[in-house]
Amino acid sequence: MLYLKCPYCGQMADETELASGGQAHLRREGPDSSDSAFEAYLFLRDNPRGVHFERWRHAYGCGKWFHAARCTRTLEVFGTYRAQMGAPPQDILAAIAARRGETA
Amino acid sequence: MSLRLDTGGRFIDRATPVRFTFNGQPHEGFAGDTLASALMGAGRLMVGRSFKYHRPRGVVASGVEEPNALFALGAGGRHEPNQRATTTDLAAGMQIRSQNHWPGLGFDIGALNARLARFLPAGFYYKTFLSPPAFWKHVYEPLIRQSAGLGRAPQAADPDGYEHFHIHVDVLIAGGGVAGIQAALLAGEAGARVLMMEQTAHWGGRAPVDSVTVAGQPAQDWLRAALARLDAMKNVTLRTRCGVVGVYDHGYVLADEQPPPPGPRHRLWKIRARQVIAATGALERPLAFPGNDVPGVLLASAVRDYVVNWAVAPGRRTVIVTNNDDAYRTAIALVEAGLEVPAILDARGQANGPLPERARALGLRVETGKGIGKVRGKTRVTGAGLCNQRGSGLVTEVIPCDAVAMSGGWSPVVHLWSHCGGKLIWDETQAHFRPDPALGPVSHDGVAFVHCAGAAAGALQAGPCQTTAGQAAGAVLKLLGCKAGAPDHATAEAEAPLAPVWVMPQRAGPALRAKMWLDFQNDVKVSDVQLAAREGYESVEHTKRYTTLGMATDQGKLSNINGLAVLAESLGAGIPQVGTTTFRPPYTPVPLGAIAGQARGKTFQPLRRTPMQDWHEAEGARFEPVGQWRRPYAYPKGESLAQAVRREVRNTRENVGLLDASTLGKLLVKGPDAGRFLDLLYTNMMSSLKVGRCRYGLMCNENGFLMEDGVVARLGEDSFLCHTTSGGAEHIHQHMEEWLQTEWWDMRVYVANLTEQYAQIAVVGPKARQLLERLGGMDVSPERVPFMGWAEGVLATIPARVFRISFSGELSFEVAVPAKRGMAFWQACLEAGADLGIAPYGTEALHVMRAEKGFIMIGDETDGTVTPQDLGLDWAVSKKKDDFIGKRGQARLHLSGPDRWRLVGLETTDGSVLPEGAYALAPGRNANGQRNVQGRVTSTYHSPTLGRGIAMGLVRRGPERMGEVLEFSSLDGPPVPARIVSPVFYDPDGEKQNV
Repeated sequence: MLYLKCPYCGQMADETELASGGQAHLRREGPDSSDSAFEAYLFLRDNPRGVHFERWRHAYGCGKWFHAARCTRTLEVFGTYRAQMGAPPQDILAAIAARRGETA
Repeated sequence: MSLRLDTGGRFIDRATPVRFTFNGQPHEGFAGDTLASALMGAGRLMVGRSFKYHRPRGVVASGVEEPNALFALGAGGRHEPNQRATTTDLAAGMQIRSQNHWPGLGFDIGALNARLARFLPAGFYYKTFLSPPAFWKHVYEPLIRQSAGLGRAPQAADPDGYEHFHIHVDVLIAGGGVAGIQAALLAGEAGARVLMMEQTAHWGGRAPVDSVTVAGQPAQDWLRAALARLDAMKNVTLRTRCGVVGVYDHGYVLADEQPPPPGPRHRLWKIRARQVIAATGALERPLAFPGNDVPGVLLASAVRDYVVNWAVAPGRRTVIVTNNDDAYRTAIALVEAGLEVPAILDARGQANGPLPERARALGLRVETGKGIGKVRGKTRVTGAGLCNQRGSGLVTEVIPCDAVAMSGGWSPVVHLWSHCGGKLIWDETQAHFRPDPALGPVSHDGVAFVHCAGAAAGALQAGPCQTTAGQAAGAVLKLLGCKAGAPDHATAEAEAPLAPVWVMPQRAGPALRAKMWLDFQNDVKVSDVQLAAREGYESVEHTKRYTTLGMATDQGKLSNINGLAVLAESLGAGIPQVGTTTFRPPYTPVPLGAIAGQARGKTFQPLRRTPMQDWHEAEGARFEPVGQWRRPYAYPKGESLAQAVRREVRNTRENVGLLDASTLGKLLVKGPDAGRFLDLLYTNMMSSLKVGRCRYGLMCNENGFLMEDGVVARLGEDSFLCHTTSGGAEHIHQHMEEWLQTEWWDMRVYVANLTEQYAQIAVVGPKARQLLERLGGMDVSPERVPFMGWAEGVLATIPARVFRISFSGELSFEVAVPAKRGMAFWQACLEAGADLGIAPYGTEALHVMRAEKGFIMIGDETDGTVTPQDLGLDWAVSKKKDDFIGKRGQARLHLSGPDRWRLVGLETTDGSVLPEGAYALAPGRNANGQRNVQGRVTSTYHSPTLGRGIAMGLVRRGPERMGEVLEFSSLDGPPVPARIVSPVFYDPDGEKQNV
C-alpha cells in the first residue's frame, strides 16, 4: 500500500485514497499525427524496472492530479510534483540523482 | 494414551472445568485450555484425517503452524471451518467437529485412497484425467469436486460483527516474546509511539518454557515486571490475540485481532508504521522419518509446551528423536513432570553439550548416530524402531512407546521480513534461512523499515536473542531520531551446533521414502518431491504447485524448508541455489468477515436517493440499479411488470407521464474558455450554441469510441450545463477535470458537479404543456420554450428551469427545480394532472419509448468499441473542427472502413421479440468451429405502440442492406429471421415532439 504526498493539499495519502493514471509526461498526438506517433501516444508505455514518472489523482482527497517519481523496484519515492508540467522538474531530478549516488 | 498431569500448567485454571463435545461425545477441560490441550487432556490424540489419503492425524504442533488439528466450529451462520485447535481457546459448551472424513473419524471411506497411494503420486491430477475428453465434464470433475476442499463453507449469513481499526505508529512490534518485549521497552522508554502485538493469548513466547534467565531472574518474573513497565507507558499500546499477518509497501501493516467478548468477532487493524520490528520467533522443523505422521508424533517443542503450559502430554512414554541439543529440553521437561523417556535418538555422531549431559545425568538413554526407521501403530504410536542414521533403515530394536517428540532444528519466521521484499541468506551453521540485514525492505524514503529481532533474526539462543532485540530497537530509534538504552542480558543453557538431517535414515530406499511425510496437511512425502525432481521440476515454485507442498491453510510452515532441502538434494544443488517459495501475506488465514468489516449489507455501498425516492417506494415501484442509484423500473398496479410497462408507455404517448430524471448528471462548465473546452470534449460544436438553446452532444475517448451522450444547454456566454447519463456524472466530471488539469491547464474553465443540487422531472406526453400551464407561473408556449430551447421561471410557485428536450418522441419538458422542492413539484404535477390521466413511468417505459424512436442508449448500443459513425450519428460529429478528443482515433483505417457493423432497426418476420444479445448468423464456421456472425442485437423490446417486437442492432454494412432478412441465433430454439429496417419505428418525422 503505497504512501504518497499530494503536492496540492500536502497530505500523505494511502494508495486506496489515490487513483493511478499510468505514465506521466505523455505528449498528446492530435489529428495531424502520423500513425506511428499516434500509436505510441495511445498504446505504447514504458515499463521500467527502476525510476518511473507516473500520474496519480488524489481521488478521495482534494481531487487533483499530480505526478510522482518512484522506483518500481524498491518502491522508493523520490518526490511528488504538480501535474502542470511537460517534464520532471529540476529538484526531482536532483533528488533522484542524490539518492542513486549520481550527480545531477 | 494422552493424559492430563496432576500438577502444573501455567495457563490452565483447574478450579474452572469447561465442558465441550468432540464429534458429539462429551469431554471436560479447563479454562485456559486450547482445543488441542483440552482434547489431549481428555485422551483424544487422533483428531482428523489428512487431505489426500485420509490418514489418521493427531496434533503435531502447539501454535499457528499446526497442519492437522483443523476443526469445524459453531453452527449455522457461525459455522467456521478449518479452525486450528492449537490456537483456539476452549469455551463452555463448544461443539467441535473433525473434518475430511465420511462417515466418521474412526471409519472413513476416503481412507481407501491410502491403499491406492502408489497410484496417486505427485501430479496424478495432471496425468490421470486426460482422456477421454468427454469424461472430464461428466465424470472426473464431479468426482474431484466431491472430494475437494478442506472443511465446508457456512450456509447462512454470519450474524456476528467485524470491524476495522486504523492507526499510525512510530514502531510496530510483531511478536510479544522476550525479544519483542525488550524492543518495546527500549522504544517505549525512548518516547516512540509503540504498538506491540502478540498472536497468542500470552506474552513471553518460549522463554518461560525453555527456562531462560533474563537480567538474573527467571523469564516469568522478568516478564511480569517488564509488562508492568510497558502498561504504565502512555505511548505504548499492547494487544494479545492479535496476529500481524502482513507487511506491505511503505510500512502498511495488517493485523487480525480476536478480541474477547463482547468485542467484535474479529478486528482488522490497518496500521501505518514508520518502522516495523518483526520479533516473530522461529518454527521447529519436523524430521522426515518413516511413519512420522502417525498420531502421537509431535514436535519436541510442542510436547514441552503442552507439559509446561497446559499440564497435558501426548503419552506416558515418549521417545525423543533429534539432530540438535534443544530437544533435550523436552526430555528433561518430561522427566521432571514424572513421565518416561525410554530413549533419546540423536542423529549426530556425538552429543556432549550441557543439555545432553544433563539428560544423561538424569539417567536417560542417549543413542547417538541413531534415528527412527519405523513407527509402530496406525491410529496412535505404539513403538519406535531404532536404526542407524547413516544406514538404509534396518530396525535393530523396537522401543515400546506411545509418543515420539521430534526436532529437526529451527527456522526463523521470516514471513513479515519477506512480504515486502526483504532478502534471505542461508545460515550453514544453523541450517536455516534468516534475514539478510543488508537487504531489508525499504519504505518511501528509501530507508529500511523492517528489522528482525530475536529468533526471527536467526538468534536462537537466549543471549544473542536479546542482543538482536537491542540492535533492532537501536536501529529503529536512530531512524526516528531517538536515543536507545541497552537491553537486559539473557542466558540459557548453551547448545552445540545441530547437524542438518533432511531424510532419516540417510540411505532409505523407495519404500521408506514413501512413508516420510514432509507436508502433513497435503500428504506430500519425500518420494513425491523426489519424483517431481526426476520429472524435471527444478524450480521450487513449480515443485510446490506440482506436489501441493506447502499449500492450503498452513502454507507449509512446517514443510517448506524440509521440502526444498529434499528437492535440492535430489537436484544435486545447494539449498540457497534452490531458494524458497515466495512468502506472501497473510501469515495466518484471515476470515473474509474480517476483511469485509462493516462493509456488508446496507453499508457495503451507500445508495443514492433522489428527492422523490420515498414516494416511489410508497407507490410500490420496482427498482433497478443504475450506478449507485436505484431507479423505478415500473410502477405495477395489480398487474404484471410487463403489463405495467405497456400501460406506462401508452399513457405517456396518449396523456401525460412523469419521470424522475433527477439521476441525470448535471455538470456546470463555466469560464471564459468554456466553449473552446467543450469543443474539444464533444464531437460536435458547442461554442456556436446560442444562449437559451440546447444541443445533443457526443463524447468520445482518444480511441474515437463513443463513451457518453447528453444534452448541453448554454446558460450564458461563459457557462454551459452539460447533462450526462445517470451513471456517468462522476466519471464525466473526472474526465473533464483530467483534461483541464493535465493537458489544457492554461484554459480558464471551472467544472462543478451539480447533479444532486436539482430534482429533474420529465413531464412527457401530448398533454404535457397543458399540465405545466395549469401549474402557472411562467410562459411555456412554443414561442417562449421552443423545441431544443430552455427557459427559466417559476412553476407552481417553485423556481424552475424548463428544458424542451425529448427522449421519447413526445412533447416533453424536463423541469429542474431545487432538490428540496422536488417532491413538492412532483406532487403539484400529480394533483394538477389528475384529470389529464397523469401517471408516473419508469426506466423500462423510457427504454421502450426511446427504442421506438431509434434513440441510442450508452451501454446498450455502445460497448466501448462503437464509434458515433457506426451508430449513424455522423451528423453530430463536426467536420469543421480542427480537433476534438477522438478525432484522430476515428481516422484510423479500421474505424473508417466500410465493413464496420453499423446501426439498423430489426423486425422479426412474425412480430416476436428478438432475444437480447442475439447474433446475426453468417454462412460458414470460424477456426474454432463456431458459426460465423455478421452482427448482433443491441436493444430489443415489445413495442406497445406498434403491437410487435422491435429491435436495434449492429450489422455489417447494415444501412446498405435495408429489407434483407437475417437469421438471429436463439439460445433454445431454431434461428429467428428478422428484417433490416430503419431504426426509427415511431413518428419518423418528429412531428409529435415538435408541437
